[in-house]
Amino acid sequence: MRLPFHIVKRPYMKTYQQVIVRLLAVLTAFAVTSILMIILKKNPGRVLMALLYEPVKNGYFLVQTIKLAVVLLIISLGIGLAFKMKFWNIGAEGQIILGGIGASYLGLFHNDWPIYILLPVMLVASFVTGGLYGLIPAYFKARYNTNETLFTLMLNYIALSILLFLQYGPWKGENAMRPEFDNFKKNALLPSLASSKPWSDLHIGWIISLLLVVIVYIYMNHTKSGYEISVVGESVNTARYAGMNVRWITMRTMMLSAGICGIAGFVQVSGNLKKLSVNVAGGLGFTAIIIAWLSKLNPVVMIVASFLFSVMSKGAGFLEYQNISPAASEMIQGIILFCVLGAEFFVNYKIVRTHREVAQK
Amino acid sequence: MQCRILSCIAFSILNICDKGDSVNNVLFELRGITKLFGNVVANKNIDFSVREGEIHALLGENGSGKTTLMNILSGIYTPDSGTIIINGEEVTIKSPEDAIKLGIGMIHQHFKLVDVFSAKENIIMGQAGSSRRNQKELTKELEELSNRFGLNINLDKKIYQMSVSEKQTVEIMKVLFRKSKILILDEPTAVLTPQEIDKLFEILRELRADGCAIVLITHKLNEVMEISDRVTILRKGESVATVETKKTNPKELTELMVGHSVDLSIDRPVVKDKTKDVLKVENLTIYDEEGVKVIDGMSFTVDGGEILGVAGVAGSGQKELCEAIAGLHPVADGTIEFKGRNIVGLNPNEIINLGVSMSFIPEDRLGMGLVANMDMVDNVILKDYRRQKGLLLSRKPARKMALKMVEDLDIVTQGVQYPIRLLSGGNVQKVLLGREINSSPQLLITAYPVRGLDINSSYVIYDMLNEQKKKGVAVLYIGEDLNVLLELCDRIMVICGGRIMGMVDPKDVTIEDLGLMMTGHTYSQILAERGTGQ
Ligand SMILES: Nc1ncnc2c1ncn2[C@@H]1O[C@H](COP(=O)(O)OP(=O)(O)OP(=O)(O)O)[C@@H](O)[C@H]1O
Ligand SMILES: [Mg+2]
Repeated sequence: MRLPFHIVKRPYMKTYQQVIVRLLAVLTAFAVTSILMIILKKNPGRVLMALLYEPVKNGYFLVQTIKLAVVLLIISLGIGLAFKMKFWNIGAEGQIILGGIGASYLGLFHNDWPIYILLPVMLVASFVTGGLYGLIPAYFKARYNTNETLFTLMLNYIALSILLFLQYGPWKGENAMRPEFDNFKKNALLPSLASSKPWSDLHIGWIISLLLVVIVYIYMNHTKSGYEISVVGESVNTARYAGMNVRWITMRTMMLSAGICGIAGFVQVSGNLKKLSVNVAGGLGFTAIIIAWLSKLNPVVMIVASFLFSVMSKGAGFLEYQNISPAASEMIQGIILFCVLGAEFFVNYKIVRTHREVAQK
Repeated sequence: MQCRILSCIAFSILNICDKGDSVNNVLFELRGITKLFGNVVANKNIDFSVREGEIHALLGENGSGKTTLMNILSGIYTPDSGTIIINGEEVTIKSPEDAIKLGIGMIHQHFKLVDVFSAKENIIMGQAGSSRRNQKELTKELEELSNRFGLNINLDKKIYQMSVSEKQTVEIMKVLFRKSKILILDEPTAVLTPQEIDKLFEILRELRADGCAIVLITHKLNEVMEISDRVTILRKGESVATVETKKTNPKELTELMVGHSVDLSIDRPVVKDKTKDVLKVENLTIYDEEGVKVIDGMSFTVDGGEILGVAGVAGSGQKELCEAIAGLHPVADGTIEFKGRNIVGLNPNEIINLGVSMSFIPEDRLGMGLVANMDMVDNVILKDYRRQKGLLLSRKPARKMALKMVEDLDIVTQGVQYPIRLLSGGNVQKVLLGREINSSPQLLITAYPVRGLDINSSYVIYDMLNEQKKKGVAVLYIGEDLNVLLELCDRIMVICGGRIMGMVDPKDVTIEDLGLMMTGHTYSQILAERGTGQ
């Protein structure tokens, strides 16, 4: 049997064409969602409104959306570094958790330190613990060429177990009834620049994330180490030939990547959650993979992508008020993702009709 | 009346016969093909036709559009304008699949095989229905095919375990299996040994006898003269002439190719004050990855201001020797001294910093030394980015150097900011060599630097090497073309099976002598025979 069409790789696509394709994808997603809503006897207009507008409707909601975007952005930056080297770091979840634990150790047990010492030390601690955790798969990759995808993925579960162990054991909080971590004292919380509601709720995590964007951008594009990452990512043989120490570069890059994910853990515990919790990573490490990928590992594009993803997932929360079940809301998110990722396919490939004369020969 | 009918019949019979027994049927024709990449005109209004039972050579400088033209025929690119006619019918080829259906098979400059698959899987891949056919039957068919053409192939071997010539055999099997009538070979001989080339040509002759139309792209004029029936020459994307091989000669072909007359002799300047023993290798022994001894107790020296040529059948230890000097391959025994200092055990970076430059053009050309997805600037910067002070990387000097290289070496490119995978094969190589020479080394190791380069660029490279020699650089030149080795080098070291068969002065030996040494006769044996012969 022969299909009436087949797939061909596109040589290149102009930027404006790419933008059009992506916009079309989003519109398609909305159209499909609307159809689904009509079937469910809901008002598609109101649903889309809830999904897209609700999360930015007022200061209160916007602050929540930004807080989520900030964390997503930091994680994407970290993952992007490893991906640039074609090191498939699927272990952001675990690195976030470890970063969160590192920061929480200080936040819980050294909260008598003055805030301007405590917070920077927490940041460094989260970077180091996250980074060391990422160093494990990197070491085995460099030394024994193990598969980093499986390795980092498995480490996620170990990280979660460590967290649970702490929660039920040594770090169990004062509430005797339930195994929970204590809330952080004010000293260990990220402050805000604003003093009145709602903006006082927006902690300075956003500054940290934007600083990281600048640092990662410069690091990737204008430093020698960043250049080395690209070469190793493209061809290990060439890197070796040019005298690069591939093992060291692999470990260093992964340490940075995981360290940045660790910082995301710090922002989570010290800013968003105000305590350590099992939800510290909560799937963000996987969402960020999609963000990094869609942004083509470009740190600046990641800002926009993280925000959009944050809007979407916050918006999905608002759908409940429209009497839409969590399952349906998951489905809507799935449709949007499917269409957006599908657009990438059409940017790279095209479908052409098979010629009849040729087909018959 | 009868007479008329009779003559009519006779005439038609004649006509039919004429068509029937002549091999001169045009099998396919390209008319007015134009293809642009951005502002680069890769093909400009090209007419090209090949007959049944013909081997047609396609000749042209690097970047003149040969690969592009053939990629259009095999459906990889669609032309901006022009038509393709096969068997007298106009066809549209929109994808490689269409091309295969039309009986067009192309063996690419860079092979297109799936590494982790076996030869058999690669051969039957993409053949509609093959996967569902009886495996035994298939294997039998493939075996018959390889027997018929005398191909030596292990159908179950995985591609990544194969040598280049084995990979090429798989590619050939692939086209044979599809019963392609139109066969395109893009520089198939660039990476083969002389014996392998002979075998390939045997196969091509057989296919020609079968009535296939064969297009052969090559830069080696002796091959064109040996095997082709006609030659078409491209220059800067245009077809300048189609000539019959019998009625032409290498000199005329070269002139057609470059557009002016060229001098086909190579200089060998004499350098007065040589530096003694810039490189001194003693008792070097190296094992390859499988633990086979590939270099067996080699000792030799290279002076500053001389070119030491290395001749040998491919796989005689050349690659390992180069890599060992550059610090990329472990040394089992012996010393490598650079300006009196043993560099065995130093890492590649330390060796580069001492002033040793190695450029090895591997069979796939891109494998080592260049990053295909990066632009020229980032490739130029590769070897000396570390010398910049501080953490930051400045691309300004590299950009300047890249622009200068484009100018000096006539590199055909849309601009230094385009990924080098978009450059033609030969231009990619110029980038690599240009960079190595520009790093002003004291020892320059270069292996197969003119692989796949057109005549003109090859001479540019020889000149560049001579320039280096005059500057007092020690040059170790690992070459394939024995004529070039004899003309260019000051001394020639002939190796066979990892041992030195002779260290000779090119003025004292003939090509035949070199050939004998390459297959295991020592120079003293040859001298002795010569003595008794006289
Ligand atoms: N996909 C592409 N995108 C942009 N430019 C291209 C592309 N493919 C080829 N070119 C350009 O078109 C020109 C012709 O290239 P082509 O590969 O056909 O040359 P060639 O005759 O095969 O040379 P060589 O002998 O070096 O292999 C070159 O200048 C090359 O840089
Ligand atoms: Mg080519």
